[in-house]
Amino acid sequence: MSVRRLRRRLVSGTMTTLVGVLSFVAVLALLLILGHLVAKGASSLDWSFFTKNPVPAGESGGGVANAIVGTAIIVGLAALIGLPIGIGTGLYLAEYGSGRLGWTVRFVADVLNGTPSIVIGIFAWTWLVKPMGHFSALAGGVALAALMVPMLARTTEEMVRLVPHSLREAALALGYARWRTSLRIVARTALAGILTGCLVGIARVAGETAPLLFTALGNLNFSTHVLEPMQTLSLQIYVYATGPFDEWHRMAWAAALVLMGLVLILALAARWALRSRYGAAR
Amino acid sequence: MAPPADARLQLETARLTALYGRRAVVKDVSILFPTHTVTALIGPSGCGKTTFLRCLNRMHELSEGGWITGKVLLHGEDIYDPGVDAVQLRRRIGMVFQRPTPFPTMSIYDNVAAGLRVNGSRPRAQIDAAVEGALRRAALWDEVKDRLRHSALDLSGGQQQRLCVARALAPEPEVLLLDEPTASLDPTGTQRIEELLHELKTRYTIVIVTHNLQQAARVSDYTGFFYLGDLVELGRTEELFTKPTKHQTEAYITGRFG
Repeated sequence: MSVRRLRRRLVSGTMTTLVGVLSFVAVLALLLILGHLVAKGASSLDWSFFTKNPVPAGESGGGVANAIVGTAIIVGLAALIGLPIGIGTGLYLAEYGSGRLGWTVRFVADVLNGTPSIVIGIFAWTWLVKPMGHFSALAGGVALAALMVPMLARTTEEMVRLVPHSLREAALALGYARWRTSLRIVARTALAGILTGCLVGIARVAGETAPLLFTALGNLNFSTHVLEPMQTLSLQIYVYATGPFDEWHRMAWAAALVLMGLVLILALAARWALRSRYGAAR
Repeated sequence: MAPPADARLQLETARLTALYGRRAVVKDVSILFPTHTVTALIGPSGCGKTTFLRCLNRMHELSEGGWITGKVLLHGEDIYDPGVDAVQLRRRIGMVFQRPTPFPTMSIYDNVAAGLRVNGSRPRAQIDAAVEGALRRAALWDEVKDRLRHSALDLSGGQQQRLCVARALAPEPEVLLLDEPTASLDPTGTQRIEELLHELKTRYTIVIVTHNLQQAARVSDYTGFFYLGDLVELGRTEELFTKPTKHQTEAYITGRFG
């Protein structure tokens, strides 16, 4: 009896230690990356980094204002296009998607979810950049939206499915039409979860580089014109990090720190949204 | 709408059979529900009483594979007539479920007002009055009048269920369907709901499904006993419980099965 008990405690203790160590390794990786970024990048962060545009190679100073604004514009475009389509698709899948069409849409979304982003970029180039004759921020936004849609569709579907069936029935029994039940009761109850999915989706595409190489291209000057090439933080990091100058490498670290900070803020906002008033579907 | 043949017969079913696919779970049931009475439906689990109840406001057809044959007449008019809009119909027949189902994103006030707002916009004062009236009739007003803007989830389970009663009453339905409304409540909450039914039957025609035989005996004027989808016996409550005519009924109410 006591031997068995000893064995149980031993196994339990070993397993607890093991999962503890593994989670520590996972967190450690994140902390190392963050720490490294701060160590290498923080020193280059000053006011002009946020407000000035890049200067020609060899000169010191300058900033990445164009890339910050560009990231905001392109991610904004992607959200504008991707959020309604993604959320709408998710609602459709959860509420009406039990038939063959629903199965097909779900399958396509899963395949798209697993498609490498560079492939999406090539498609955006073929269908937008080539016919239009030039690279543009708009094409970049569309490429990022295409990445966001399947992700959002599946998260929205999951969140809506979490809403108890009894709530739906209560609304229907009260004389709500089916569409109204979906929008006013089910979607609203799942709203916090859907919002979190949106912020996570935005945060994910904000760091994408590959699909933008073929579409937004990058731009050394400040531009807010969506039909022209535009710079983003990820493209700026790519150019600076692969360049030959120490000054560029320094800037790349700083830009990476800024990008990581933006993603962190979005993630925190998502957390906060989930805790907001009246709770979510759980 | 044609005038009813007998004003006292507000709701009735005529040879109602409810099916899931090809499987009949309610078989050929005809019941008259007189106006302003409480009718209790009792029977063991899976006997079809809940499905029967869900046929009375056309909720059954929303279930996968659910359909019916026969008729359900409200004031002599078949609610399954192709000309009848099921969504509109459900605004005339209120329903309360086994578990409290307050809308979690809405305040107490908005929960009660939900059924009113869905039926076209009306002046604010009118909604205020209807919400207060419904909460009073559900015996919840005094407990929540100072926190109408709070989340409905702040209420206790028993309060939430009375909120659901108020929500069902606010649109002024003609019939109130209750599907084991006290199944998830403690004795105090149960007692409040039962007291409520006595008040409510002066204004509404009530059909209640219950597992609790004492409850059926306490609250109802008529009781119907369901077994395996059949309506075995229907009668005045005191008669059904004291001298049932069918052997199965007697076996069930004396606790020999079910």
